[in-house]
Amino acid sequence: MRLDVRFPIGGMFSILGALLTLYGITSDQAIYARSLGINVNLWWGLVLLAFGLVMLGLAVKGVKRTGSDSTP
Amino acid sequence: MQHIQLGTIDYAILIIYFVFVLGIGWALRRVIRSSEDFFLSGRSIPAWIAGLAFISANLGAQEVIGMAASGAKYGIMTSHFYWVGAMPAMVFVGLFMMPFYYGSRARSVPEYLKLRFDEKTRGLNAITFAIMTIFSSGISMYALAKLLELVIGWSFHASIVLSAVIVLVYIFLGGLTSAIYNEVLQFFLIVFGFLPLVLVGLKDVGGWSGLTARLATVATNAGFQPGAWTHSWRYMDAPSHNPMGMEWFGLVMGLGFALSFGYWCTDFLVVQRAMAAGSMTAARRTPLIAAVPKMLMPLLVILPGMLAIGLHASRGGFLPIGSDGQPNYNLAIPMMLAHYMPTGLLGLGLTALMASFMSGMAGNVTAFNTVWTYDIYQSYISPGRSDQHYLRVGHAATVFGIVASVLAAYGATRFNNILDMLQLVFSFVNGPLFATFLLGMFWRRTTGHGAFFGLLTGTITAALHYGLTISRGAVPGIKGGFLGAVLHVYPSEMALNFWTALFAWTGCFVATLVISLLTTRNKTDEELVGLVYSLTPRLKDDYMPWYKRPVTLAVFVLVVSTILNVIFW
Repeated sequence: MRLDVRFPIGGMFSILGALLTLYGITSDQAIYARSLGINVNLWWGLVLLAFGLVMLGLAVKGVKRTGSDSTP
Repeated sequence: MQHIQLGTIDYAILIIYFVFVLGIGWALRRVIRSSEDFFLSGRSIPAWIAGLAFISANLGAQEVIGMAASGAKYGIMTSHFYWVGAMPAMVFVGLFMMPFYYGSRARSVPEYLKLRFDEKTRGLNAITFAIMTIFSSGISMYALAKLLELVIGWSFHASIVLSAVIVLVYIFLGGLTSAIYNEVLQFFLIVFGFLPLVLVGLKDVGGWSGLTARLATVATNAGFQPGAWTHSWRYMDAPSHNPMGMEWFGLVMGLGFALSFGYWCTDFLVVQRAMAAGSMTAARRTPLIAAVPKMLMPLLVILPGMLAIGLHASRGGFLPIGSDGQPNYNLAIPMMLAHYMPTGLLGLGLTALMASFMSGMAGNVTAFNTVWTYDIYQSYISPGRSDQHYLRVGHAATVFGIVASVLAAYGATRFNNILDMLQLVFSFVNGPLFATFLLGMFWRRTTGHGAFFGLLTGTITAALHYGLTISRGAVPGIKGGFLGAVLHVYPSEMALNFWTALFAWTGCFVATLVISLLTTRNKTDEELVGLVYSLTPRLKDDYMPWYKRPVTLAVFVLVVSTILNVIFW
């Protein structure tokens, strides 16, 4: 029994992405003056979330294919 | 200078990262049953994971802080470390050397030397390597703690203890597998942490053309042609025409050949990741897969330095001025983070910085505990014990390695640019090593005495060359010329280091060749099967579709890096 590395990677980036997205929506927009007026937390949070979910998806697919949570 | 203020969310990101890093170690603790599980991941890692770990282990202090600093100091010429240095060497180790490393079933690079040559060659390499890894790991830790103290105001001691404890815990629990898994996680974190910085920075200066215009000011102020910071080859005709103080021949031979092949092809720190791969094909593909993201690394690590110096020139005061009156180049990335990133992505960027230091440190510690246990303890101190005994020794060596790194961290303080110091150490020890491997793997006549005395000759040649030459404007001492007489003055420290590596390689190559011819062979042809090219059956890749063969990937890597060289000519 061995951990598939895509689970922790997917998990961590999904959590970080969700956190940054939420923070991007709720934070005071004035702090984005330094990032040229772009709400970088929101946009980059969405990128991280998408990456995290893709990794989790691949990991789940890997488990289904091999029937265990071992790395392919 | 003013410290960066971190918000709650920044700390939350850092803590989430720590939880996952430690969680990986915890989840893998049951996988470790034998010493081979602990030191070599039971040779079961898929190629893509081993490949990402291969470059991530190298993404330590020297990479992130040093390359950004060099980007500011020398501009796009720093990319030579990638497109001239790393690429050919990584292709070579994947295609030509991995069949012998992996095929011989050696558990470490020193052990390969024992199988190919003799005990004394292994001993020499194992001992120098063990010392060097501790030293590198200490520098990594020192750089991290110093940076966090300066930028965020964290206590130097607290940063050292925190990073040491976290790395210790995850390696102790999960061994090399845990280090490799964390390196993959750290790789993605480094990419996602620094990419927004580069994108926003580039947008601010008006893209590549805007950056070129700003760097033209930097170049003309320093007395060079306007394009000196944005062309990698155009001003390499003479050392006085470019900020690196290099001409093309010294660069190609010293960096492209001696230094890079010495590092990528013989350093167990990276080779260990490929040895942990699950099959011969996976092991051969590991460095080639690693080469693909490695080619694009200049975008993440060199460009922030170039942006920082460009902004420093056009807006003034972007980089703090150090005690020597020069901008503090090592602060390029932290200053960019502080300038562009709001709380949130600021935390992500700092976490990425911590991740890079930890992956560099963990790479050194896992390489150290393996060489210590297999090549020093099992070979000389206590042979013939049970595997469980060596597993326990490995755990103890991990603790010892971390404690020794902490001590080294408190000792490392000398150079302005960390990179230069690491290059110096590598040039003495690693420069000659590649000559030994090249002759050992491709010439069956090479003898044990030839290899051993060749290596010593190479290292002595390096020390003599370094001691008898100096870089312009330097004070004799640690920066060269320590033997009293100065026979040649190099235009820059970088040039001195590249030439030292080349002298080391040549000294070792010639001495190994001559001594091998004068001594009798200590290994028969039968003993050298699997260790030497001409005596090993060729690997057949016919069963794989063409696009899966290692050679296809190798050609792709070489073509793309050539294109990159041409684009930034």
